[in-house]
Amino acid sequence: MSDHRIPKRIYYLIFATLLLFTMITVEVAFYDLGILSFPVALGIACFKSTLVILYFMHVRYSSGLTGLFVSAGFIFLAILLVFTLLDVKTRDWQFQPDESGISLVVPF
Amino acid sequence: MSEGHSGLVAHQFETAEQQKETVNLGMWAFLITEVMMFGALFSAYGFYRAQYPAAFAAGSDHLNYFMGAFNTAVLICSSLTMALGVQAAQQGKRKGIILFLLLTILLGGIFLGVKVLEYADKYEHHLMPGINFSVDSPFAAQIELFYCFYFAMTGLHALHMIVGIAILGTLVVLSYRRRFSANYYNPVEMAGLYWHFVDIVWIFLFPFLYLIGRS
Repeated sequence: MSDHRIPKRIYYLIFATLLLFTMITVEVAFYDLGILSFPVALGIACFKSTLVILYFMHVRYSSGLTGLFVSAGFIFLAILLVFTLLDVKTRDWQFQPDESGISLVVPF
Repeated sequence: MSEGHSGLVAHQFETAEQQKETVNLGMWAFLITEVMMFGALFSAYGFYRAQYPAAFAAGSDHLNYFMGAFNTAVLICSSLTMALGVQAAQQGKRKGIILFLLLTILLGGIFLGVKVLEYADKYEHHLMPGINFSVDSPFAAQIELFYCFYFAMTGLHALHMIVGIAILGTLVVLSYRRRFSANYYNPVEMAGLYWHFVDIVWIFLFPFLYLIGRS
């Protein structure tokens, strides 16, 4: 089942795409995209890693159980990141500058 | 294939195929724990970057993005040679495995070499938190925080690279001793999964650390 022979040209194609998107992510970093610059960098990185996972790591050619396992892992990662950032962005954090500069008062 | 090749299929498995599926799933379980470990670091990074965007951009400015981009390309090349090595293993091509794994080790070594140059440069410019850190900026403390993340994340990543290189070196020796064949190459494939995972971590680290506030 996972013995699917993947043609070499698929590997070269993925390799070229990864290099291309590395150049794109460097290039767009020099444009002022404002609030979009982080989502764009994140999107490109997610796209590149999806290619690596599906083709270099053979998940596309593996069993459904492996696919489920992998997706479940990344869904839990997304929960960790999304809920942390939701909290950060919606809570009224108050910063008190002092000589160390990084003290933080957590509101109740 | 189900029996034969004595010792290749452990006795708790019915077939080589079942063994392969199990090994694959077990490796992914391990990789997901790795994802969570790096995920915690990324989450903390996201929190502080949201608080101090200007300081993080200023900190990122001191990093050499060209070296980061070069290293990204090196790691992508090493992922390609790793994938070709696994393919050589699938086809039972012993010389192919050894050649591609050695190439992968070489590229991993180049990555670490560039990393050493970068770390040395940070040391010279007094950008190492805890050892020597002094920046002339009103946000010095927050920039120091950025460098804490930089060293923790790239350091943990570099540690994974070193472990990966050790694993690949072991596989080269085993392969030289004819331990793998087209019927049995699970270790090569699992080392491949690990190597690609380390590549993925860097795919995220590069834009998040080197490319903020360039515009």
